Amino acid sequence: MNESTFQGQQVVTDTQSHVHDTHHEHHHHEESFISKYVFSQDHKTIAKQFLITGMIWAIIGGLFSVLFRLQLGYPEATFPFLEDIFGRWAQGGKISPDFYYALVTMHGTILVFFVLTAGLSGTFANLLIPLQIGARDMASPMLNMLSYWFFFGASVVMFASLFVQTGPASGGWTIYPPLSALGQASDGSKIGMDLWLVSMALFIVSSLLGGLNYISTILNMRTKGMSMTRLPLTIWAIFFTAILGVLSFPVLLSGAILLLFDRNLGTSFYLSDIVVKGEILPNEGGSAILFQHLFWFLGHPEVYIILLPAMGMVSEVMSINARKPIFGYLAMVASLFAICVLAFLVWAHHMFVTGLNPFLGAFFVLLTLLIAIPSAIKVFNWLTTLWRGNLRFTPGMLFSIGFVSLFISGGLTGIFLGNSTLDLHLHDTYFVVAHFHIVMGVASFFGMFAGVYHWFPKMYGRNMNNTMAYIHFWITLVGAYLIFWPMHYQGFSGMPRRYYDYANWESFKQFIELNRFISTVAMVVFAAQLLMVFNFFYSIFKGRKVTSENPWGANTLEWTTPVNPGHGNWPGEIPEVHRWAYDYGKDGRNFIPQTEEVSEHESKH
Amino acid sequence: MSGYFILAILGLAFLVVFQIAKASEYVSVLKGEEKTFQQNNRINAFLFMAFLVLGLIGAYWCNELFYDKTLLGKPSASDHGEKIDVMMWMTIAVTGVVFVITQILLFWFSWRYQYTEKRKAFYYPHNNKLELLWTVVPALFLTVLVGFGLYYWMGITKDAPKEAQVVEITGKQFNWLVRYPGKDGVLGRKNYRLTDASSGNALGVDWEDASSHDDVEVSEVHLVVNKPVKFVINAQDVIHDVGLPHFRMKMDAVPGIPTTIWFTPKITTAEMKKITGNKDFVYEISCDQMCGSGHYAMRGIIVVETQEEYNAWLSDKKPQYVTVKEAAPAATPAAAVDSAAAKPIAAVK
Repeated sequence: MNESTFQGQQVVTDTQSHVHDTHHEHHHHEESFISKYVFSQDHKTIAKQFLITGMIWAIIGGLFSVLFRLQLGYPEATFPFLEDIFGRWAQGGKISPDFYYALVTMHGTILVFFVLTAGLSGTFANLLIPLQIGARDMASPMLNMLSYWFFFGASVVMFASLFVQTGPASGGWTIYPPLSALGQASDGSKIGMDLWLVSMALFIVSSLLGGLNYISTILNMRTKGMSMTRLPLTIWAIFFTAILGVLSFPVLLSGAILLLFDRNLGTSFYLSDIVVKGEILPNEGGSAILFQHLFWFLGHPEVYIILLPAMGMVSEVMSINARKPIFGYLAMVASLFAICVLAFLVWAHHMFVTGLNPFLGAFFVLLTLLIAIPSAIKVFNWLTTLWRGNLRFTPGMLFSIGFVSLFISGGLTGIFLGNSTLDLHLHDTYFVVAHFHIVMGVASFFGMFAGVYHWFPKMYGRNMNNTMAYIHFWITLVGAYLIFWPMHYQGFSGMPRRYYDYANWESFKQFIELNRFISTVAMVVFAAQLLMVFNFFYSIFKGRKVTSENPWGANTLEWTTPVNPGHGNWPGEIPEVHRWAYDYGKDGRNFIPQTEEVSEHESKH
Repeated sequence: MSGYFILAILGLAFLVVFQIAKASEYVSVLKGEEKTFQQNNRINAFLFMAFLVLGLIGAYWCNELFYDKTLLGKPSASDHGEKIDVMMWMTIAVTGVVFVITQILLFWFSWRYQYTEKRKAFYYPHNNKLELLWTVVPALFLTVLVGFGLYYWMGITKDAPKEAQVVEITGKQFNWLVRYPGKDGVLGRKNYRLTDASSGNALGVDWEDASSHDDVEVSEVHLVVNKPVKFVINAQDVIHDVGLPHFRMKMDAVPGIPTTIWFTPKITTAEMKKITGNKDFVYEISCDQMCGSGHYAMRGIIVVETQEEYNAWLSDKKPQYVTVKEAAPAATPAAAVDSAAAKPIAAVK
């Protein structure tokens, strides 16, 4: 949508209701429910759609983890209510191995793709790009709408796969063939796997439509004066995220399609020399490892697709609430860029023990550990941003600080795993589980929570309840460490991940009490997330109304819009930008919005 | 019943939290937003400090509780594992120092620079010297870690010594099949299309290849202490992984693509029982790559023993070829008189 077509909110509503009236007989001056809330092309509504769909998925995915933690924490116990709900999947109140693996697989798939990719970057890219760069909407609101509806389609297919007779995919979220290619090898590799692949194909389409839109919007639709170096770090982070997604998701799509061929058309891309359950298969010449290359070429950038937007939001929220500029803006952008480039060059560090040529592996060790440098720069810059600030602990700020703590903890364990020598010992143990849950799972969630609490007033014109937010934060931070910190010790014992039961293992059975403890904490933390969800929905309708346009005293453009901005965002002209986004505490002034012209008396920096 | 009870308690807890949260909102309106904000800010700043102190104590306590249950304090059972342990401690030391310093700074700053009306935030947008400092210092430390890591990696992954005992391990859903090459030291050729477990050829060995005739198929791996061993690793159906936690080694088993690892076992099973103080101790092979519903039960056993014990163990093992031919003498009468293969195998030196 072109700027010139919008002279103000009034005009927008008028044009749209005119268009509307020609299609409908009755007269009214509101958009219809369908075009306003369902097939909306307003980026803010699409953002909310992504967020709420993501939250629903997060509850499902989180609940799955509670269920499989029941098995891990209480392997001897039976829970009759499980049989009432799940029938033969939990006969006698005990989760069956097939069910366990289906839960583990869907937990990973849902949280990585549907919650932390769509729910996180889908939400905040849509919400923040037009608002923070000063645009009426995305470059193509239509594609934007389609992006959500493809995601919705992917969600429907994935949700349906939970209910098929043989169960959903159950070979791990990484769906390595041949396990995922052969229905004979596992029930989860029957129709559930086809649905998984179809769902993922739809998801990738959604992600590409969104990503291309984000990139073109950021490059072309910035308001006057908004040079790239004046962009808030959120936008930079989303920009690099979109580039990562656009370049890597197609590779996963190709991998998924070849897998569909192997499954249904008798090809042998990934299959060779296979005897499964006594049946000799005709496939020869394929390589199971090829899939892993294709998968991780997306799979590794994917973890940065999840993490970068969180980093961007944390930088923004932290600077605002420290009342101090983000330290080293250009270094922050440069490190995002470095991470973005390196993200493409490290995928084989997931494959050190697949028989990968050790010489080739050496390069991946080097490139992987290089990522620690931009990560270190970011951490020290965040620390320096806090230093001598005047910190306001809003819920968004609490989660931003929590993010940094988790990013440090989980990032440092990456130095273990990226080193192939140590990976020989730690690969696929609980050390890995601890590492990626802390650094990309919980940390990204913290970034997302920071974003939700911080921008909720912009989304709904109301405030969330602070007390519930504080309780949510402290339970989640403490709980995350209680759950994942001891898992490093399980990893140090070589305890493999994705085991249904450890009772028969002389080497791993010593952790039963610990597993029980972890499971109990996981349930408490899950309950705290429900509190957050409740707070969210309650506040949409009953939260205290926001009275000021700029409740946080922030510099960026979204806080120059009305409390409840209409489609088109600014009722009048789009504001012009005169400075970067981080003039907090400059020349003794609390904050200087980006729209304020630089006066000649201002000090230089 | 207890399920509903827990649900009821959860529901009540929610209600209580919600009521408190609502009430605190009203109180904040009555007391004044600014005052409430300052109060909450102080509480959260205090909690950050408390979290730091209790967290560090907790990390120490966690170590006390679990250190002995890990392999960290136990000697590695292989020579490669010893290098891996050195690398591990080096990395723990470096990352541990960084962890403690950065976490202390993070939470201490959060507490120290909490909002007060008196202070103005310090306008400090950038400092190139600092940026350079925390680019170069981490880079130096990483260079050391990468350097040692690759040095060990190259040593561990180089070709196995010629005298290494060859053992073939094949993963299938959900157990491990083990084959020894016999006296000739050569594993017989395989063709997966010949696989037929019911007629005794579970591995698909091509009996046409004479070097297969002395190959022994067993269910346990036996290794001689201080003698290098090379595992040739295969899979029949899906990807598995030979996980050897006590030897600190791991390698995927991939259908169609044989992989190898080698190492020298340093400690016999009997010695390890003494070291760990666990009379049931046994070296286990864990499947470390998700392979289906029985993944968690795909357990193999390795026995490390002296040369004499090993010889005794192997002496009564009959080559699989012989077993198969004895079972079906009518089909191939020639097999029974294959004297070279029929003799019990002498110990492989």
